[in-house]
Amino acid sequence: MEKVYAGKSVSVDSNGYLTDLSQWNKEIAIEIGKEEGIEEVTPKHFEVLAYLQEQHKKDIALTIRGVGKSGIVDIKELYALFPKGPLKISSKMAGIPRPKSCI
Amino acid sequence: METKEKKPLEKVCIICAKGNLEDVYASLVMANGAVMEGIETNLFFTFFGLEGITKKSMNHLHTATTGNPAMKMPGGLPFPTMLGGLPGVESAVSSMMRKQMDELGMPPVDEFLEMITAGGGTIYACKLAVDMFKLTKEDLSDEVTDIITIGEFYELCDGDRTQIIFT
Repeated sequence: MEKVYAGKSVSVDSNGYLTDLSQWNKEIAIEIGKEEGIEEVTPKHFEVLAYLQEQHKKDIALTIRGVGKSGIVDIKELYALFPKGPLKISSKMAGIPRPKSCI
Repeated sequence: METKEKKPLEKVCIICAKGNLEDVYASLVMANGAVMEGIETNLFFTFFGLEGITKKSMNHLHTATTGNPAMKMPGGLPFPTMLGGLPGVESAVSSMMRKQMDELGMPPVDEFLEMITAGGGTIYACKLAVDMFKLTKEDLSDEVTDIITIGEFYELCDGDRTQIIFT
């Protein structure tokens, strides 16, 4: 599937997650954030997104607990940044696949 | 024409009534999973489930080595019930299990409770069971919001997209 974000056509899966991280840029993240109800994407958001992308490249499974121990945000802050789905929404904004994590 | 409107779950109320390692974790995983999905979550501990929120016991929960037909030896052979009854065996098996869970990234109970409340989930203890076991609020994890009656718990379960889960 193709979707247009910030004037750029990107390929996404049926849940709207980017399938090719190389097509990602910050404007895309901001637009996905808007769709998910995040009005203002702050530098802190981008720090989390960068961390997620890095972990994804290293093939490390993402968990809330892992992000909470990253030193960037604790779990409470993560929920505050990405309400109603901290891992789901942040992964979508980061342009990485939907996390297959239960924790 | 048939129209199918999706009605996503909005609230879950989970009751944990047993104090085995696996029962408490089942409740914690479901509660935390719901919080992660943005679902309003109430977690209610009652009877032996209170072990899971009692400071003294919550990080040392046991799994039953007798009367547990699913229990296997390392390697997959059946676990003899007689062996399970020997002193120290349940303790050793339980600590082995906790270690394996830790390796999978599963947090200890105290941290799991913190994760649930950090995401906005709420944890309650059953008044009747707390009285029965002669516990006080101070004996319970700081993540426990309140000790409430079953009636008060049902009041929290309102809404037509709410599910009650009993483990």
